[in-house]
Amino acid sequence: MYNKSPVKLPAREQDPIVRRGNFKEVSLGYSAEMAVEEASRCLNCKHQPCVEGCPVNVQIPKFIGLVKEGEFEKAYEVIRETNSLPAICGRVCPQESQCEAKCVRAIKGDPVGIGRLERFCADYAMARSCPVPELQPKNGKKVAVVGSGPAGLTCAGDLARLGYEVTIFEALHTPGGVLIYGIPEFRLPKRLVKQEIESVEAMGVKIEKNVVVGRSVSLDDLFDEGYSAVFVGSGAGLPKFQNIPGENLNGVYSANEFLTRINFMKAYTFPESDTPVRVGRRVAVIGGGNVAMDAARSALRLGAQEVSIVYRRSEKEMPARIEEIHHAREEGIIFKMLTAPTEILGDEKGSVRAMTCVEMELGEPDASGRRRPVVKRGSEFTMDVDTVVVAIGNSPNPLIRDTTPGLQTQRWGGIIVDDRGATSRENVYAGGDAVTGAATVILAMGAGKTAAQAIHEKLSKQG
Amino acid sequence: MYKILEKRRLNDSVTLMRVDAPLVAKKAGPGQFIILRIDENGERIPLTIAAYDRESGSVTIIFQKVGLTTMRLDEKEEGDELLDFVGPLGRVSHFGDVKGKRVAVIGGGLGIAIAYPQAVALANLGAEVDMIVGFRNIGLAILLDELSAVSKNLIVMTDDGSNGHRGFVTDALRQQLDAGVQYEHVVAIGPLPMMRAVSEMTRPLGIHTVVSMNPIMIDGTGMCGGCRLTVGGEMKFACVDGPEFDGHLVDFDEAMKRARMYAPEENLSRERHACRMEEAAKHVQ
Repeated sequence: MYNKSPVKLPAREQDPIVRRGNFKEVSLGYSAEMAVEEASRCLNCKHQPCVEGCPVNVQIPKFIGLVKEGEFEKAYEVIRETNSLPAICGRVCPQESQCEAKCVRAIKGDPVGIGRLERFCADYAMARSCPVPELQPKNGKKVAVVGSGPAGLTCAGDLARLGYEVTIFEALHTPGGVLIYGIPEFRLPKRLVKQEIESVEAMGVKIEKNVVVGRSVSLDDLFDEGYSAVFVGSGAGLPKFQNIPGENLNGVYSANEFLTRINFMKAYTFPESDTPVRVGRRVAVIGGGNVAMDAARSALRLGAQEVSIVYRRSEKEMPARIEEIHHAREEGIIFKMLTAPTEILGDEKGSVRAMTCVEMELGEPDASGRRRPVVKRGSEFTMDVDTVVVAIGNSPNPLIRDTTPGLQTQRWGGIIVDDRGATSRENVYAGGDAVTGAATVILAMGAGKTAAQAIHEKLSKQG
Repeated sequence: MYKILEKRRLNDSVTLMRVDAPLVAKKAGPGQFIILRIDENGERIPLTIAAYDRESGSVTIIFQKVGLTTMRLDEKEEGDELLDFVGPLGRVSHFGDVKGKRVAVIGGGLGIAIAYPQAVALANLGAEVDMIVGFRNIGLAILLDELSAVSKNLIVMTDDGSNGHRGFVTDALRQQLDAGVQYEHVVAIGPLPMMRAVSEMTRPLGIHTVVSMNPIMIDGTGMCGGCRLTVGGEMKFACVDGPEFDGHLVDFDEAMKRARMYAPEENLSRERHACRMEEAAKHVQ
């Protein structure tokens, strides 16, 4: 018997009024009873379209079947066969455009809550003991992984399973990449990220922190040190600015800086933690992606009275997850759509006091297929703000490409790879945002997985 | 963890530390810096590499007690460990062909410690180095033996004239230029107003002038732009594009405003720390 309800069972959530004042996780997930109830909405389709929609091909109907039977830890093991970080993916994947978009139940009604079920299994298993997956015997080969974000962690985990001796080199003082410095605690508790990373370390992966590849060590040094292959998963961490006047005023942050101060350096506990952050009364966040939502909701939690998302297209084009937009709106974030800043104005001390903007209209579709915003004549207006967060995207950091002769990159900085992640340099592979520019956690994991397989095939041939 | 191998107070507010950091020592070059974090609740602060020894794997930093983190760092002793110490960061200085050419290396305040390795590097390249350094009074002078060993001509200025040379480093530079000394290249390292004053002095003479910028930093790897500056009308990130820039192209006004961004928070942290230390001292008594 399956559950015929057309509606996806809602997860429990912190009340918006309460959660605006804290950094605790907003979504409280499913209870065991709720998970079983939602799992029984799955039709266990023969052709499994949902699996295709998942970039790492989690065996979705199989694990959901186990949830239905109350075998939560077994379900977790099934997920872990193809996904190294399920507690994270269940929370931050845009399921609406991946697995759940392909779910047959979505034709009439809501898709099965695959993300919520994945999260439930991971949380359930991690609250108990998570068994170390079975590893192949050591093969004596060393592989270096640059960056400990989702791409690097996945690649490292898969290679360790295949018997490689893997070392991850991380520039910052805590591993996790964007999972640690970017995505806030209220969306992804750091305790879980830590636990997921520990489970990768339990497979024998070594993590060397405070090593900046491109400065502390070069890719060529790594080969000299006996590594047979290198995977570059260094992400897209170089913030873009708009090149409008006033961007260097005090009170203008890149979203990376704002979120790094808050999440990574715990500036929300200042002066308990030593890193300060300045959040004024009126904050404008420029951009419409998840990073913009995270920055806006963080600003609110730090006591800003009025937080606006300023986006040059309409809500329909916003790249942020629907759930995050919904959460942001519930918390009182103001959405100023079809609006583009033209200048940031300062006072005599060099601090932000206002921002001028123009209104936009949507014109013809551009190369990305989205309708291009065009300035509406005579629509200029001024917003009183004292903090501006620029969240219009990131490009790959140039440190590695500048110090690696022969590594071919796109004009905008992305590393050029074939469909298996191989770069123009022998035995150098790359994946994740370093290749694609800013994308999603799960796509980075998919790329890490593909590259691990390709590295394995290549090194097996080399004997 | 990174062990403090040596600690030496150079004067009341300036301390030298030699830290065990083989990976940093292996790659470090003149002009580069490190970022350190003392402990779990600590902030990340940038400090220039004053010296390095590839063989023993140690890196020397020199810092001045100006705020919470440098005060806390100064409380650490030999044998203690720092939680994080990452580098080398930033670009290595490129001096070009300076063999046989006369150059001036100018240091103000803590900048003297940072200017010193530049002077060493220039001297090693065969340049004739004049060093012009400034202190509030001669009692605060640091590294005088080292500076004099590396320079052809060492000019020490004091604000109070306690060594007989009253005035700022810019006064000494003015005198040198007026006396007809031809400098091919000037390096100025120290407080922003001093670097600006030197750059303004050399600009009309067309003397290539390099300054080492010291904006607020967090990661030091180019991922946040907290350290951004305007140089020649373009946005630059000091941590990856610098920290050295052409002094004639830097927007110093903007840099000075940005440097004061967190002044209230910095004061709060410093006062809070001072109170705690007082409390702790009472407790011990």
